[in-house]
Amino acid sequence: MSNISQTATLQGKPQPDPAGPAVAAMLEELEEGSSLWKDAWARLRKNKLALTSLFLFILIVLFCVVGPFLSPYDSQAQDLFVGAEGPSAAHWFGTDTLGRDLLVRVMEGGRISLLVGLVATTVSLMIGVIFGAVAGYMGGRVDAAMMRFVDLLYALPFTIFVILLMVAFGRSLWLMFVAIGCVEWLTMARIVRSGVIGLKKQEFVEAAVSLGYSHTRIILRHLIPNVLGPVIVISTLTVPAVMLLEAFLSFLGLGVQPPFASWGVLINEGQQNMEIFPWLLIFPAFFFALTLFCLNFLGDGLRDALDPKSAKD
Amino acid sequence: MLKFVAGRLLQGILVLLAIYAVTFFLVAATPGSPFSSERAIRPEILAQIEAFYGYDKPVFERFMTSLGNALSGEFGPSAVYANRSVTDIIAESFPVSLKLGALSLLLAMALGIPAGIIAAVKRNTWLDYVPMSAAMVGICLPTFVMGPMLALVFGIILKLLPVAGWFGPEFWILPAATLGLVYAAYFARLTRGGMLEMLNQDWVRTARAKGVKETTIIWRHCLKGGLMPAVTFLGPALAGIISGSFVVETIFQVPGLGQWFVRGALNRDDFLILGLTVLFATLIVIMNLLVDIVQVALNPRLKYE
Repeated sequence: MSNISQTATLQGKPQPDPAGPAVAAMLEELEEGSSLWKDAWARLRKNKLALTSLFLFILIVLFCVVGPFLSPYDSQAQDLFVGAEGPSAAHWFGTDTLGRDLLVRVMEGGRISLLVGLVATTVSLMIGVIFGAVAGYMGGRVDAAMMRFVDLLYALPFTIFVILLMVAFGRSLWLMFVAIGCVEWLTMARIVRSGVIGLKKQEFVEAAVSLGYSHTRIILRHLIPNVLGPVIVISTLTVPAVMLLEAFLSFLGLGVQPPFASWGVLINEGQQNMEIFPWLLIFPAFFFALTLFCLNFLGDGLRDALDPKSAKD
Repeated sequence: MLKFVAGRLLQGILVLLAIYAVTFFLVAATPGSPFSSERAIRPEILAQIEAFYGYDKPVFERFMTSLGNALSGEFGPSAVYANRSVTDIIAESFPVSLKLGALSLLLAMALGIPAGIIAAVKRNTWLDYVPMSAAMVGICLPTFVMGPMLALVFGIILKLLPVAGWFGPEFWILPAATLGLVYAAYFARLTRGGMLEMLNQDWVRTARAKGVKETTIIWRHCLKGGLMPAVTFLGPALAGIISGSFVVETIFQVPGLGQWFVRGALNRDDFLILGLTVLFATLIVIMNLLVDIVQVALNPRLKYE
């Protein structure tokens, strides 16, 4: 086997193979080579739960982003003569107490919830990756001090601080996104740091140092691309975490303010009226929970795919 | 051991001072004031109110006074609820929150830890799959979805339990279940992971080869190490239960600290926010300290790291 494949690769082209199609396929694979990403995709494809989650999540995103354009209703248009009515042919999800179409409100609420997931995760990604990479690369006292800081932040009652930040910054949508991102970067920093510590003793980093590259260039071009795997996994898991935090704040009345509504706001409105109009609670809660499920399963699946060594749980 | 505890204690005190300072200046830097209201107040009266609460002095002086007061256990008057001091509010509502939190945490551990142990021991059987799938559902469903759903099913449709108030044991069940179930899920997953790691150790194989009974292996050899992840999680669990209580107390109208904190934040009640933040932070710091001590007691090697 090894003989055949060696000759084949040496000659650049696999020869017509008498041993049968199995070996030919193997040779073809050798020709193409295999990257981390290809392996990961192959592993992910076998994970039915993760694939289903990915598919459902894409559907939810399409539903929220495209849906409002297809609906004949405006999410703000009130119809006080209608009031709250159960699901019907005209209003598939029913209407809320002000006669607004719930379907379009759930779709537009989803846009805001998903936007929080995107923006806050990006913020947390940037802070976490840079902080962790710098700590790991510098090492020594700088690293010790920086990680001590992270440990201290871990011990803080974080939700309380987000609430304080909301009080301090007023109720701007964008500031809220940033505030949420600012408190969700700790795990990211830890993961990136440990990855960088493992990498920085390797020859290609030494080569970069001896070529006289700056620290910034080494961190950005050589170290960070090599920890992308775990970074993607943690990011996928950060999205549901920040969406949860936003919904939590909105539920308490400290987050998204009218005329905007996120899923958290809708769940809160539904909760207040659930005895009489339970559909106001059930539809937004269903979509929110479903999104969280998908993202969590997808994150778990990506972890298994990109980092097969880490034991499942 | 004593040195270790003293070191952690000192660190905890420093963390608390830092939290106090950050909270104070964050609140002080917030635009607006707790005394602004929709009704126009004559400037002389406003000045008098501000003087009464010490708001006429420079920020740093206010900080020193308030820190001094806080050290003697006095968090000042509530700026919004006239004639009530923050200490009164805490004294009145803390027992309620303590009961709710303790019940939830007990429920979480009583459900989660045995489920995790069984799942690990009976790995890849339905005793593993069923509780672990339930745990995944528990982790994904936030308290503010779980709470209304439980209220809808058990309170409104089945009419088994009251959905609002805090007048006796039957009122405790739904709020404590809402708060506890999420953390039961975390405890189950962590305990399962910890136990599996222990059960895969070489010395377990040796013990089995020597003919040690399976129950002895689980109880005597694996349990202590297997519970470590769950013990470590106690700190975050308490923090989570505190913030979860904001939601649960709002949903079920429980007269606890969580409701006061939310109201304080909505009304910009500076003293109330500060007092409650410090109280919550103290609880979390104490819990983390206890967790550290228990961890070192379970595994003395950690002391030297």
